[in-house]
This record gives sequence, C-alpha cells and structure tokens, in this order.
Amino acid sequence: MITLLLILTPLVAGLIAFVLKQGNSAKTFALLASIATLAIALVAVFTTGEIGYDAAWLNNLGSRITLKADGMAKMLSLLTAVSFPLIFTAVYNNEYKNAASFYGLMLLSQAGLMGVFLASDALLFYFFWELALIPVYFLCSIWGGEKRIAVTFKFFVYTFIGSLLMLIGLLFMYFNTADQSFSLQSFYAVKLTAQQETIMFWLFFIAFAIKMPIFPFHTWQPDAYEQSPTATTMVMSGIMVKMGVFAVIRWILPMFPNAAAQSANLVIILSIIGMIYASLIAIRQDDIKRMIAYSSIAHIGLMSAAMFTNNQTAMDGVMIQMFSHGVNVIGLWIIADLIEKQLGTRNMSQLGGLAQKAPVMAILLVIMALANVALPLTNAFIGEFLMFNGLFQYNMVMAAIAGISIILAAVYTLNMVQRVIYGELNVITEKATDIPLNVKLALVIITLLVLVFGVFPQPLLNLTGDSVSALFVKK
Amino acid sequence: MNAIIFSAILGVVMMFTGIFTDKKPVITLTAIISLIVLLTVNLLNSYGLFSIQIDTKDLLHFNKLGLFFNTLMIAATLIFVLLSGSEIEKISNKTADFYALIFFVLCGTAILTSYNGMLMLFLGIEILSIPLYILTGSDKHNLKSNEASLKYFLMGSFTTGIMLMGIALLYGATGTFGMASVGTGALPPSSGVQGPAFLQVAGLLLLFAAMCFKVSAAPFHFWTPDVYDGAPSVFTSFMATIVKAAGFFAFIKLFASNASLLGPTWNILLSFVIIATLLAGNITAVFQRSIKRMLAYSSIAQVGFMLFALYSNNDLGTEGILLYTVAYSLATIGFFAILMKVKDYTFDGFNGLGTTQPVLAFVATICLLSLAGIPLTAGFFAKYYMLASVVKAGGPLWMVIVAVLFAAVSAYYYFKVIQAMYFKEGQPETTEITGGFKFGLLLVAAAIVLVGVLPSIVLNCFYF
Repeated sequence: MITLLLILTPLVAGLIAFVLKQGNSAKTFALLASIATLAIALVAVFTTGEIGYDAAWLNNLGSRITLKADGMAKMLSLLTAVSFPLIFTAVYNNEYKNAASFYGLMLLSQAGLMGVFLASDALLFYFFWELALIPVYFLCSIWGGEKRIAVTFKFFVYTFIGSLLMLIGLLFMYFNTADQSFSLQSFYAVKLTAQQETIMFWLFFIAFAIKMPIFPFHTWQPDAYEQSPTATTMVMSGIMVKMGVFAVIRWILPMFPNAAAQSANLVIILSIIGMIYASLIAIRQDDIKRMIAYSSIAHIGLMSAAMFTNNQTAMDGVMIQMFSHGVNVIGLWIIADLIEKQLGTRNMSQLGGLAQKAPVMAILLVIMALANVALPLTNAFIGEFLMFNGLFQYNMVMAAIAGISIILAAVYTLNMVQRVIYGELNVITEKATDIPLNVKLALVIITLLVLVFGVFPQPLLNLTGDSVSALFVKK
Repeated sequence: MNAIIFSAILGVVMMFTGIFTDKKPVITLTAIISLIVLLTVNLLNSYGLFSIQIDTKDLLHFNKLGLFFNTLMIAATLIFVLLSGSEIEKISNKTADFYALIFFVLCGTAILTSYNGMLMLFLGIEILSIPLYILTGSDKHNLKSNEASLKYFLMGSFTTGIMLMGIALLYGATGTFGMASVGTGALPPSSGVQGPAFLQVAGLLLLFAAMCFKVSAAPFHFWTPDVYDGAPSVFTSFMATIVKAAGFFAFIKLFASNASLLGPTWNILLSFVIIATLLAGNITAVFQRSIKRMLAYSSIAQVGFMLFALYSNNDLGTEGILLYTVAYSLATIGFFAILMKVKDYTFDGFNGLGTTQPVLAFVATICLLSLAGIPLTAGFFAKYYMLASVVKAGGPLWMVIVAVLFAAVSAYYYFKVIQAMYFKEGQPETTEITGGFKFGLLLVAAAIVLVGVLPSIVLNCFYF
C-alpha cells in the first residue's frame, strides 16, 4: 500500500495542480504534495523488509499492477522524494507562465519516476518509463530556452527509439516465459539461448544506455540540459539518468547474466571513453550548465562501468553514488540557476568575484564543487572509491585510465569555482546579492546530506545491501 | 443480416428526408437517430436476441467477430456524425444525400464483415466504393475535389477489374465462388497438374493487389494522398477510418484461410508490402507541410502496422486489429474534427492553438499521442498487439525492429503538430466552436485514455 501511495500521491496531486488557479497556489500545493510524498517515502525506507502491492490489471495479457520495493527501489524512491521538495523550494521564487501546468507536469514526472523504480511487472515498468518521459518533454519544450523545440525533440526521439526497442525485448521475453506473464520473477526465470540472450541484451541495453546516457548515445544530453528550465534539468540529471542505471541493475543483469558478462568489456570501454571524452569537453566549456552536463556524463560513465565489473564492492559503490550524484548535481544546478537568474548569464568568462558579493553562496558552491570532485568527507567519495576499487579488480589498466577522469574532474570543477567566485568583480557581477532564504534552505539541506553520508554512509549501504547481495547470490 | 437490411432501408429513408425538409439540423438528427437504430439492431443480432433470417445459400456467414466489427464500424460512424455532422451540412445543400450515401457505405461494410464467397466480397467492395466516389467529389465547385473524385473513380474501377480477373481465375481453377474451396478444394500444386494451381496462385495474387489498393498499402497507395487531400475533410475522416477498416477486415478474412496456398512466398511478399508501406507512408509524411496531407500519408503508415495482423494470422492479431480499429478510428475522427475547425491546414496554422483553444489542443494532443502509440493511450495497445502477434507467430525480429523504428519516425510528424500547438506563438483562426462539440471531443479523449489503460474493455465486449 505504501508503494502505491508513493506513485498515487504525486500522480493525483499533479492532476489536481492542472486545474488550480495560476500563480502561487500551484507552487505551494506542489511543494506540500512533494513533502507528503517525502513523508511516505521515509515511512517506506524505515519499514524493514520488502514491501509491495499487487492488483489485477490486464488479466488476458498476464500483466498485473505489481509494485515491490527492495532496498535499491527504496533508496531511489527516497532520492526522488527528497529531490522534488528541494527543487520546488529552490525555484520557489521563479515565475513560470502557466505555473499550474508547470507544477502539474513536474508532479506527473515524479509519479512516472516512482513507478519506474517500484514496478515489478515489465509492462507496468514500460508504462511508467514513458510516463516519466512525456511530462519532461512538455516541460522542456514549453519552458525551455531558445532552441528548446529542436533540442527536446531530439531528446524525445532518442529515448522513444530506445523505449520501442525495449518493447520488442519485453515482448520477446514475455512469449518465452513459462506462464505467459510480465512479472519480474517470470522474466528472471526465462531460459534463452546464447544468441537470443545477446540480442535481448542489446535491445534492452540501448534503451537504458540512451537514458543514462553512455557514449555514443549521449549527444542529446548536453543540449537538453542546457535548454531545459533548470527545475526540469534537475529532475533529468538528478533522477532520470538514474532510471537507466537502475534499469540495468534491475532488469538486464539478472535476466541476461551471460550476455552481460560477455559484453562487459565493450560496455566498460565505452563508458570509460565517455568519461574521458566528456571530462575533456567539460574543461573547454564556458557555460556553467553545459559544464555540469558534461561532468554528469562522466559520472554516469563511471557508474555504468562499475555495474558491469560483476563485483559486489563496485555495486555497493554504484548504489551510494546513484543517491549521492542525484543530490550533488541538484545542488550544482540550484547554484547555476541562481547565478543565471541574478546576473542573466551563465558564462564563466563574464563572471568573477562573486565571493565578495555573495559569501554564503560561495561557500556552498565550494562544497558542491568538492562533492563533484569526490573529495573525501563528501558523499561522492565513498561511492567513487568503491567503484574504482571494483574496477581496479576487474582490470587495472582500465581503472587507471578511468582514474584520469578524477583529475580532469578536479580541473574543470575547480576552474569553474575559480572563475565564478574568485577574481575581480566586473560590471555584471557588481549587481550580485547573496542567496535568498528558500535557496539557502535547499542548499543547506543538500550540504547536510553531502556531509552526513560522506562521513557515515553505512545507512545507505545497509538499505541497498539486500538488492546487491540478491544480485550476486543469483549467480 | 440485420445491419445489411436496415442500413439499406435507412439509406433510402435518409434520401427521402431531403424531400420533406430543408432544415439541415433536422436531417442530421434523423441520421443520428437512424445510426442509433442501426447500432441497436446490429447489437441485438450480435447477442442473438433479434435477427432477420434470410437464406443466402451460405453466401453470407455471420459470426461473432464480423458482427462485433460491424458494431465498431457503426459506432465509429455515430461518433463521426456527432462530432462532424455540422461539417457535412456545410458542404452543400444535398445533406440528406450525403447521409444516404454514408448509410450505403455502411451496408457495404456489413457485407464485407460477413461475406462468405468471392461474389459477396465483390459486391461489398463495390457497394462500399461507389458512394465514396461521389462523396469524394461532393464539393463540386472545388476543382481539387473533382480531380480527387475522378482519380479515385478511375483507379478504383481499374482495381475492380483486376479483382474481377482474380476472382474469375479462382473460379476457373476451383469451379466455385465459395471461400473454403479457394484454399482446399483445388488440386494441390504438387499433384503434377500445373494448370489449376497456377490459375489459383495468379488469381490470389491479383486479389492481393486489388485488396492492397483498397486499403492503400504500398506499392498501390499512390491514389491515397491525392484523394484524401482533395476530398472534403469530413469525408476524408470517414474514408480513412471506417472505410479503410472495413476493407482491412475483408482483406484479412480473405487471406487468413488462403494464404497458405502461396506457401513461403506469401511471407516474403507480405513482408515486402509491409516494409514498403511503412517506408512510403512514414518518410513521405515527414516532408508534408499540410496537416491534412500528412494525415493521408500517415494513414498509409498505419496500414503498415495493421498488415501485421495479416502476417501473424493468430488470435493476438485478431484482437489487435479490433483494438487498432478502435484506437485509430477514435484518434483520427477526433483529430479530423478539430482540423476542420482550424481554417489553415498547414502546420503553421496550428501555431498557438494551445493558448487560444486549450480544449481543442488538449484533445488533439491525446489523439496524436494515440496515433504515435504512446503508452496510456489506446494507440499504444493497438501497436503493442500488432508487434506481439508477430513476435508470437515467430516472425522475423528484424521486421519488428524496422517497424518500431518507423514508429519513431511517425512520432516526428505527429509531434510537429503538438509543437506547433503548444510551443509556438500564433493566433490560429478557428470557426465557431460550441460547448457541445468540446464536450464530445473530451469524451473521445477520455475513451482513448480509458482504452489505453484498460484495453480489456474493448476485448471483453468482443468475448462477452
């Protein structure tokens, strides 16, 4: 029941938000609804053991509304539930035209994301996978930047192709299940020939790789992140990319262990290429948003490489990092949005000296930046350390090459910090004031999450421990 | 039998209403009532409560599937008239005649859903087609309409010739017009007697070509864009949905039992037609500037998907074609109803509709999402069943992959309309829109979403 509420609360709230009067009522309502969802998610997290919900849906197709929350699903629902109030708080002062529709769509996307993480039925999973996409498509296209239409459409077509390929995979698996059912358990039990397994692996993997995104499927991402309204960018990079990572762990690895092992080398090499490539481009960026976008590709690359090492430590790292990256990147976006809203530019070359005008923001930005570099004592360190550990055991050379990306991350992140908050004030940054209360609140909460999990990550590891061990016991 | 008799009688009734009254709303109301009567008698027939029995010497065979399909067709026509009846009134003052022709078309569909022999197939196709030639040219002061009508008539008559030739060859080979005998009664191809088997194959191929023409499958689709574009929009909507679906039903019924005669060639031939249809429809639709023309090409593309039911020829395919008909008819009728309210049919003509007419834009979006096959709309399950039926039948995976890639292409042109409505600025001109029309549209949207969440609603009606 709790799991159902996690989806229904944002879904119903989203639909209600559409009919609310334009203006402040919608955003207050959305904030309250997201806090309610957070409360439910916390209940879910503190309930021990697997919780679930099951109801009949399409009997003649063998599909049921089955929701299950194991550790990984709980962790990601928590991430989703934490992110939305933070986002709504941070953008509370932003004025959106047709605010009611904006917040309605945001809440609908939250419902879709929750569904993706909780669904334990393949067809239901597919539904939520798309439900998360459509609102985001509208959000980006209506409230986005100048080039929004073309850019978000590229994003849409990419993911739509991926979804359709996955749909074929789902159908094929479905007809090979013993009991003609879409349930996760039946899918796990399907026996395929080696060749079939390889084809299925790629049909699913391309869908998820596009979402993450992994090199060479990443080309939609920087443009989409840049052009979207920042609130949506936060959803996309903080949570939506985790859909891809999550889906690989939940669906691909247990279903196609042999094909995954066979293709591991290729996937890891692609991921590492993506990491280095994205890091190098990030260094060259002048636009803060684009820099964060490329840095995000690099971080996701590490996660996807670690997933395929077939190493339990690395998988623990992926779990922590999914949560940490989600929180950290939202923090970075909040600051980027703040700077853009205040000064009207995101170009580092036009900024500088903000530390003198906005000391609190400077401190918070430094903390976010250090978390992005994965410095010890920040939450990202634990995850990256565990992932590199696993990657090192898998292949030393690959780990070494991937390690370069840490150095590169320090280069572009600290460079950004330096150019934005230090140096001389100029005409543009003269106008800067320190951060408003609502943004401060959101960032302080994020900072707390960064530091608390940086020092004491054990609760997160305990939470996702069952999912990880289940993954490795099966083999 | 009910539907055939009543649609013919009601068609005549409609003609006579034109004599007694000039008030167009009265005529439309009569048509709506007549359609409800027709729907009722057909439903009574389906559930065996009341049916007129005439000994047709087994030329017609009424089964549950055919009757249910007929119900769908009549219901779709009812929705069509309810939403777009006012547009029919606008074309000219021959409103009553147009409705009469629509009823004759329904008579044709009733025959096509129940035919049990080549003769009836031919009759059904002709009863269906001839009123359409007239309806296409009904806007008689419009040159494009005239051109479309003539083109359709010439091409259609030519195809009828091909079809007759096919039927004649089959008759020559088997000595009967019956359905069952086409596949089974003849000498098997391996018997050494080459003559009849060859005639049979040739006959079937000619029939195949003729049916491809009727449902506008490539490479026999060239008439479609011109005819759909030239005909008054309201009749395009009718032709693209009800008429096409009826043709499809006949197509599937004809080849479901006979395809085996063509052996492995059949699958190759059909895959070629499917891929060619998807390619021709989708790729050309991308380049259209008029939404009406885009819809014409996209209807060709949809045929590509519907042909999967013919390829798989299993229970999922049957259920799929029912769902596809519902989903595609609802979405197309709904979207055409909106299109007719907008004065400019180009993509730019829709710019800013989301702001000026939020209800229209919202329903149009639902319809387009359904046509593109996005989950939570009926169109998703329609496509889902088609793909599932092919995978189940063990069809080649590459064909399925090609099909979904084309589905992604189709998203491109459907979403262009959504982009125009919501993401671009503009002041689209619309004709007057009543509250009742909006309400009707919202019901259509609700139906699309309902079927998209619970497709079993439609299928349960069928199995009940």
